[in-house]
Parts: sequence; structure tokens; C-alpha cells
Amino acid sequence: MYSVNYHRATSVADAAKLVKSGDAKLLSGGMTLIPAMKTRLAAPSDLVDLSRIKELQGVKVSGKTVTIGAATTHYDVANDEKLKKACPALAHMASLIGDPAVRHRGTIGGSIANNDPAADYPAALLALGATIVTNKREIGADKFFKGLFETALKDGEIITAVSFSAPAKAAYEKFRNPASRYAIVGVFVAKGKDGVSVAVTGAGDDGVFRSKEIEAALVKNFAASALDGVKVPAKNLMTDIHASAEYRANLIAVMAKRAVAAANV
Amino acid sequence: MGIEGVGARVARKEDKRFITGAGRYVDDMVVPGMKHAAFVRSPHAHAQIKKIDVKKAQAMPGVIGVLTGKELKADGIGNLICGWMIHSKDGSPMKMGAWSPLAVDKVRYVGDAVVIVVAETKGQARDAAEAVEITYKELKAVVDATKALEKGAPQLHPEAESNLIFDWEIGDAKATDAAIKAAAHVTRMKIVNNRLVPNAMEPRAALGHYDKAEDHYTCWTTSQNPHVARLVMSAFYNIAPENKLRVIAPDVGGGFGSKIYIYPEEIVCLWASKKTGVPVKWVADRTESFLSDAHGRDHVSTVEMAFDKNNRITGLKVDTIANLGAYMSLFSSCVPTYLYATLLSGQYDIPAIHANVRTVYTNTAPVDAYRGAGRPEATYLLERTMEAAARELGVSPAELRRTNFITSFPHQTPVIMNYDAGDYAASLDAATKASDYAGFAKRKAAAAKKGLLRGIGMSCYIEACGIAPSAAVGSLGAGVGLWESAEVRVNAVGTIEVLTGSHSHGQGHETTFAQLVNERFGVPIDSVSIVHGDTDKVQMGMGTYGSRSGAVGMSAIVKALDKVEAKAKKIAAHLLEADEGDIVIENGALKVAGTDKNIPWFQMALAAYTAHNLPGGMEPGLKETAFYDPSNFTFPAGCYICEVEIDPETGTTEIVQFVAADDFGNIINPMIVEGQVHGGIAQGIGQALLEGAHYDASGQLLTASYMDYTMPRADDLPSFKVSTSNTPCPSNPLGIKGCGEAGAIGSPPAVINAITDAIGITDIAMPASPSTVWAAIRAATKH
Amino acid sequence: MSDLSLMVNGKRVSGTAEDRTLLVHFLRENLGLTGTHVGCDTSQCGACVVHVDGKAVKSCSMLAVQASGSSVVTIEGLANGADLHPVQAAFKEHHGLQCGFCTPGMIMTATDMIARHPEGLDEATVRAELEGNICRCTGYHNIVKAILAASKTMAKGVKGKAKQAA
Repeated sequence: MYSVNYHRATSVADAAKLVKSGDAKLLSGGMTLIPAMKTRLAAPSDLVDLSRIKELQGVKVSGKTVTIGAATTHYDVANDEKLKKACPALAHMASLIGDPAVRHRGTIGGSIANNDPAADYPAALLALGATIVTNKREIGADKFFKGLFETALKDGEIITAVSFSAPAKAAYEKFRNPASRYAIVGVFVAKGKDGVSVAVTGAGDDGVFRSKEIEAALVKNFAASALDGVKVPAKNLMTDIHASAEYRANLIAVMAKRAVAAANV
Repeated sequence: MGIEGVGARVARKEDKRFITGAGRYVDDMVVPGMKHAAFVRSPHAHAQIKKIDVKKAQAMPGVIGVLTGKELKADGIGNLICGWMIHSKDGSPMKMGAWSPLAVDKVRYVGDAVVIVVAETKGQARDAAEAVEITYKELKAVVDATKALEKGAPQLHPEAESNLIFDWEIGDAKATDAAIKAAAHVTRMKIVNNRLVPNAMEPRAALGHYDKAEDHYTCWTTSQNPHVARLVMSAFYNIAPENKLRVIAPDVGGGFGSKIYIYPEEIVCLWASKKTGVPVKWVADRTESFLSDAHGRDHVSTVEMAFDKNNRITGLKVDTIANLGAYMSLFSSCVPTYLYATLLSGQYDIPAIHANVRTVYTNTAPVDAYRGAGRPEATYLLERTMEAAARELGVSPAELRRTNFITSFPHQTPVIMNYDAGDYAASLDAATKASDYAGFAKRKAAAAKKGLLRGIGMSCYIEACGIAPSAAVGSLGAGVGLWESAEVRVNAVGTIEVLTGSHSHGQGHETTFAQLVNERFGVPIDSVSIVHGDTDKVQMGMGTYGSRSGAVGMSAIVKALDKVEAKAKKIAAHLLEADEGDIVIENGALKVAGTDKNIPWFQMALAAYTAHNLPGGMEPGLKETAFYDPSNFTFPAGCYICEVEIDPETGTTEIVQFVAADDFGNIINPMIVEGQVHGGIAQGIGQALLEGAHYDASGQLLTASYMDYTMPRADDLPSFKVSTSNTPCPSNPLGIKGCGEAGAIGSPPAVINAITDAIGITDIAMPASPSTVWAAIRAATKH
Repeated sequence: MSDLSLMVNGKRVSGTAEDRTLLVHFLRENLGLTGTHVGCDTSQCGACVVHVDGKAVKSCSMLAVQASGSSVVTIEGLANGADLHPVQAAFKEHHGLQCGFCTPGMIMTATDMIARHPEGLDEATVRAELEGNICRCTGYHNIVKAILAASKTMAKGVKGKAKQAA
């Protein structure tokens, strides 16, 4: 790791000030950023630690509206009793991220700010039509996630929360990369008042995306059987040593089917 | 057997320190004034070094020294060597290319060490390593062994034309060809054994300390054989004469073969300590380990297996190309030859065998022995072929094997080995029973109802351990003897220290070796200390690899215990005024048989040291040394059965049952033996389902971290059903065969046989990852 | 450089470290607590697991300065004096370790796992929860056995205490 200056922010306003110095980066759980710094792939001059800011932590459920503080850990999301009732699919999804020790540190805000193409949250938030709240504005998930490791965030902009309206039905199915345990394919399906939404992570060569083919089939009939014979094109899907584009295309259909079945239970 | 004696499930003595965080590994060592090293490694698979500019690096904060290969050569440090001479079939010696501990004019794989930087902190050493400016002229690289032999392939070493190291053969080509010609049936296969990275959880590390006043070096290193390290560093690398070099291998966090070899880093750390005047510590990070640890396997073979009309094997012909990487590692040459082709008879009575082996340089990490070393490759080839043959012949795989089992011993194979004892049918019966082999069809039908493909596969392996006798291995080209040493010191109060040349890095020697002493003298194991891993404390020894510590290391202890016992009985007889022949050792005392006359063990020991009343002419003290050289290899064998369920939609393979029935001869501690089998099976399943080192065509290692190299995890594996049977080994005093590698040897073909059975195909590449299995199912369905 | 102040194994610890110092290096090099190990660069092997504020975390993926103000427990702080923690005892009894390198992280993960599952554990759950800890020696067979056994022992202990209290 290169040398770095650490700052512990006490509030969002404090963090906003601190992040202006040098080539600073915001640090939340650090589960991606610190390994990247260790291998010298990331070299910020300063780190602004958000993880102790109380106002960024916790899950709130008010009626159908779910709001999750940006510095809420995966563990806390996975185990929040209110969330388990309002949107069990998201709690379940959080329980599939990394391993227990990673879930104790990693946060929802950190994950979506990083927008790893194989991360789980982007698929969930895209499918849920979530709103990403920052210290400056609110951004729809469909506008927020832009390509590989790219987001709509401006320099120094801080995610404070994520909110969404709990769907009637939802589920997430993940097929893990056998080595990294990130998603080779993760499919989040949600059925809400605005219709059916299916978002895919791990597979797209430009990051998280919605699968038109699968959504089209499910709009007519939100049942696993509706996906029999549905083919997902391999075009624009990634190929690497673990999975070809064709294999990923197959997995998208299979995971979607299983997710719909789980959502209907 | 007492509660702490031979055969008892004694909890391990060494565990206390490991479970409380008090283990002492190389990275835990601190020497006053110690500084930290980082290596600058080649980013290219093949390149000429045009220029090395260290000025910027030298000026960085905290930097103490930046040293290059030129300086190392100027100081007379020698090239790394391969210690086992193999001659090609034309009589020419193997072609050993020069391997400088720091590359001087050429780099040959990504990770080749070029420069060492020593600085106050590890961070500063890495900062400065980045500032070293090296100008390379890139050359074309070759990573595939078959391609490396082709005309026009990039050439790695001027010493080795066409990258060929040797072209070696064993067995009778004529007889084998004749058998194939006359066969009622011939099964032909192409067998690929995937390249693996050993991945001991403790990364390699070295701490070199040069003491100027004494002109003496100390090296703490992650080694399975510190004495061999000292010998090689003294005799070949010119670090220092042996009396001026102490090598300590403290607690070592797993080895699996990868820590047998003497690597550039420990040599360079010792040399750099003298150059810079400070103790120098280097600890690999995981990616450095992936790049620079010796890899394992990487064979491509063709095989023809001939059968007569009664399904008896009449001949076996094998052609193998083995990838040895960019340089010849310490024992690389013996792995695809004497540890591989000599096991090609398996458990079967095969009258004619011929194997041809070509070894090849490529722009990849050096390849050497990894858990099993040659024997997994032989077993995989043979057991995959047996399975394919059974399917072609339309007979049960179990029965085809049984038909061909060797049933009388000793048995001389056509490829050197003389099997001394075994009962292969016993293992087969135990495994088929434990796995309910007969009930498989029902389970397959039940799985099919759930949409899953269920398959069953078996593997009957044999291996050769305790590689010996020394004269024999010497005649085959070994540069060292493969005996073992022991010293038993009985202290004046009767407690005992055993100094052994074996090294424990997970095998539990501190417990099992003490059990052996307890069995003989009745001394509680807490009063027995096992000392190992330090060349200043322990007499010359050969270390731990090849499942040899039980069969060879403990046999040496037995020899020393024999001598101690003989002297102890003399002393006791003298004190008890009895005949020496009437003395027996029971319950911690030396007794006159059939009487109540006795002297406690500790009192006899005290008498040996007070020397007030010893038999005439007897020297005081009670300490004996023995060197044990076995008269033959040992031959552990067994039968493994794997049952899988495959999800055809995703290609995911779940191992639903894994049965191992092994014959290890006599066993000292069943708990520890089972643990060895579990770990070996996990590595074998890893090879079959998960692990594979992938280089791209330019020679970059794509699987250089746990993000891409799939390590077996708890949820990839089932609990295993293991059992043992016993035909004691006749060639060593304990009847032990060895158990360290069996699991890794026997399991890969069992897994792949199960998968191919489930899908209904002939072959699938290892690792059979979900994507590979899915593609295979798709291809099979298309047909 | 930053000044740090934290509780480690129940003792107040103060020190100064470069901001880039990882918690694992601070524990090992500044405090001499070498039981916590480093086995990979990508936060996957789990040899470095310690408890921070009562939760298992990977000390190789956390800066020491991030832990300032926190309470850290390492493998050295798990036993109660001479008495082994039930998880330590179970690893020994069931041969849940061989080379010992992954063991401290395994034990810290296991104690955290057992604490999070007061309802008890089954084999599938233990295997799933060990995703972040890699062992190369044991094939996990005896680690799983040890954790299941420790979980039972500790549940009995809790019940026993509850009975006593009643």
C-alpha cells in the first residue's frame, strides 16, 4: 500500500469538507478499497472514513418505503427484522455477499459507489427501482449505475441512503464464481405496482443491466414456467476463464427462473 | 497399546500453541536490527534484460540496499540446480539451463526474480522496488509444453535444443507393441493432468542473518527439509560451508512439496544480509507465491491399454510430455520419471509396459513435486483408462479391476517396482460396501426424478513411498541419499528428547513420534520432546516429503530406541543383579521377568548419569543415534469411490458421497492418519473440480490470486467416509507404509470417473468446473 | 502517522502507526501478537480474522487507525487464563488443525459463528459460514466436526448457567 492520510469523519458535512483535500477517497467498509490499495491498484492521497457516522447507519421502514443508510453493513441489512418483513429478498441478497467477516464491515453505500460489475447490490437496486440519495441530490438507480466501476456520482458527492418502495414479490438468485465467490450471474426479480423488473449482475460487459427478454416473458405471467424456452442472447455478455458468454446467457435464464419460483413461494 | 502408545487416538501435543496463537512461523521471527526485503520480479514471460538502473530506488526513503544479479554473480553465488540426474534414451544427460537466483541477462517467466531491495520497512522496500528501472527487450513466449517442442518455438535455454530437457523411456517397447498388436481390445485415451499451485496457507518466507564477527549465517526458512537446504546452499550455491550456516525451519504452515526446494529468495536474503550488514526478512504475499512457488502436475499423455479376450490387461503403452516450466527445480526431473512411470502398473498384473517421457522448458513457473508427485499423474492416467475400458468392454468397472488385481506378493512389475505386500480386493470390497455400490442404480433413478444426473466412479491407486534404499535411488540418478536419522537422548531424570531429521509442518510428529517412545518405554508422552527443524540441534537428516516420515523417520527412531533399550537393560540387569536377557520393560519400569524385582525407568536413567555403579567398561550416559536406510519402497494402496450429482442446468457438481478405503500398513495414530487422508482427498477433489493454473498465450498467470484460482472451501466438500485395512509393510520395523499423499493420488480419477459416468461421456477436462461440465452436457446432448 | 488507542484482549493499548498500517500488521508488529496471520492479499483466506467490537472481521482489510476506539480480541485473548475456550478445546479434541496456520482465523470465525447461531448449527450451515476461511490441510472434515461439537458444548454451558440462575 502507498502512503495515505486517514481522516475519520464525524458527520456527512464533515466528510464533505474532508474529501476535498488532495486526491481523497471515501472509505466505508473498505472491503474492496483496502484490498485494491494493498495491491497498489488504488492510490488515494487521503481516506475519509464514513463508517462511524451515526446518521448514515440503519434501516427504516415506513409503510411500503424502505430507507437504508449508506453505511449500514451487509450483516445489518441481512438481519434487520423490519426489512425481512418488508423486502425479504434484499435481506437474503445481503446475506449472500462475501463471507461473514466481510458482511460485518462492507456497506451498501460502499458497494454501490464502487459498482463492481459482479457485485450484488446493483442488481437489487436496479430491479427495485431504488433511489440513491446523496448529500447533493437523489438519483434513480437506472441513472446511477453507468458501466464498469462507473456511477453518476460527482467528485466528492457522498451517498447517504438508498430508498425504495417494497415490491409485492421479489427474489435474488446468485451463481457464484467458484474462486472469488462474486456473482458470475446474479438475477434480481421484482414485481411491483410498476410491473416486473429483472436486473442482472456479474454478466454484462458494461455492468448491471435489465433483461428485456425475461421481463417480457414475465409481464404476461409471473411464473417460472413462463421462462421455459426463453433464450437470453450472449451478445454483450462477458467471457473470462470461469465462464463463457454463452454459459452466462444460460445462467441468466436459469437463475431468473429460480428467482421467480422463490419469489412466488 | 497403552492409552498413549502405538495405535491410540492421542490428541496432538503441538496443538496447544497453534490454538492459542503461540505458533512460531518464519514471519513471526524478529532479530535485532532486522530489515525487510522486496523482490523486483519480471513482468514478462520471456525477455532480455537490457539495463537495470537502481539509482532512483537507492535514493528512496528507508532504503538500505538495492542489489542485482551481476553483484550476486561477482560474489560467486552459484546457479540453482536440479539434484536428480536423468539420462535420455540416447544416453545424453538432461539439459540443465542456467538459473541464477537473480536473473542477469534474461528472464524466463513472469515472477522471475531480478533485483532485491532492502529497506527499513516492508512498505518502503516495496515503494523502492517500484522505482527500480529495468529495460527489457521482450521475446516471444511459449507456455504449452507440446507447442514448445514444435519447430520455430521460442527457445528458453541455449543448453536445451527445442526446449527438450530429456527424452527418457522405461520398460519393454517391443513386448508392449506386440501385446497391443495381439490384443482382443485396445482402449486409447488422451490424458491431460492439469497444472496446480500448491498453496500452503503460510506463504514462503526467509530471514537471512549474517554475523560478521563469527563469519556465520543463520537462515530461518519455510522448509520441509532444513538440512538439505543447508547442504545445497553450502555445496552448490556457495553461501558458506556447512559449519558456518545454520538453517532453521520453525513452525511451517503446510508444505505439500512446495517447501522442499531451495528457492532464489532464501539464497538472496542470506547473501543480501552480508552485503547490507543487516538481517534481511522476506515474506511472500499470495500473488508472489502463485507466481514463484514450484507448481505441480502439468502432463499431457496418450495411452494404449491392451486386453486379451478374458479382459486381462496384456500391455500398456504411454507417451507423456511433462512441462517443467522455465527452469529445472530441485527434484523436478524425478517426478515425471521415477515417481511416475514406475507406478504405471498400478494394482494390476500387466506383463508388458512401456513409457516414453519428454520433459520440456516453457515460460512458466518451475514445476516440481506437489502432494503425490508423479504418482497422482500415473494413477489418473491408469484409472481413467480402466474406467473407459470397462465401459467399452461392457463390464463392471469394479470387476474389470478385480480381474486384473495382483494377488500374490512379492510382485515384480515390468517398471522397476517390487510390490512387497497388499490386498487390493480387501480395499475394493471395503469401499464398495461403504458406498453401497450395489444400490447405486436406485439412487441414480431417484436423482433423475429431481432432474439431477447422478454418477459413480472409482479409483484403485497404488503409490510408492519412503523412496529408498539410498543405493538404489543413487543408481537412478538421485543426488542425495534418502535415509533418515534419529537421536534419542534419555535425560538423567528419565525424560526423553528425540531429535529427528524429519520435519513436521502439520503431520503431528511431536505426538506420533512420542507415542512410539511411550510404546517402548512407558514414558508419558508429555515427558518426551521431539526436536526437529534446526541444523544446529539435529544431526543431518533428509526431511519430510513423499509420505516418508512414518516409514523412514520413525524407523530411524526405532533403531535408536533399540540401542537405548539394549543399554538400559544392561544397566538394569547390573543393578538388579539379574541376567540382561531376563529384563523386560513394563509400566515405566525395568523388571526381571517373572519376579517383582524392578527398577523404575527414571532410576535407571539416573544411574546412567551418576555412573556410580555401571557395568564394567560401560560409558556413562544414555544417548544413541541411528541412521536408517530402508531396504525397499513402501506401497500404500486403496480404493476410492466418489458419487456425484450434477445439476444439468448450471453444470454444478455436488459430491454427495466420498469413500476412501486405504491400506497404510500399521498405524501409530488413527486420528492423525484420517486427518491426512481428509486433507489429501480435498486436494484431489480440488484438482478434479476446482483448481487449475492458467497462463495466457503471452505467459501471464491469469490465476494469480484467490480471486481466480479456486481453492477448495468447506462448502465445496462433503464429510468423507474413510476406513483402513492392514497388510503390514515387511520392509521396515514398524510395518508402516505412509499416508500423506494417498488422498491426493486416489481421488481425482474417482471424481472424474463419476462425472463422466453421470453425463455419459468418455472424458472431461480437469478442473471440471460448472462451466466445463455445462458445456460437456450440451455437447453430449447435441450428438 | 496517527496516534491510536484501542482495547486489545481487554487491555488498553496506545501507539503510533503509519496510516497505511493494516490492523493485522499493527497487532503482529507493534503488539507482538503474532497469532493472527496473513495468508492472502485479497481478503479471502481468513487467517487474519479477529473480533472488532464483538464481530469477526478480516484484520488484513482494515487499517489499524480505523480500529482506534474499538475493542479487539485476537486468538491470544480467547482463552480464559489457563482454560482453553470451548472452541479451542474442540479443535484439539477433534483434530481440527494440522499445520496450524489457518487455525487462529478459523477459531475466531467459529466463535463468532456460534455466537450468531444460539439456536445451534448444522453441518450445512457451518460449511456455508466457513466461506471466508481457507484451510489446505484438513479438508475441513474435522474443522466442521469441531465447530459442531463446540456449538453443542457451549449451548449446554448456557443452559446450565440458566438453570443455575433459575
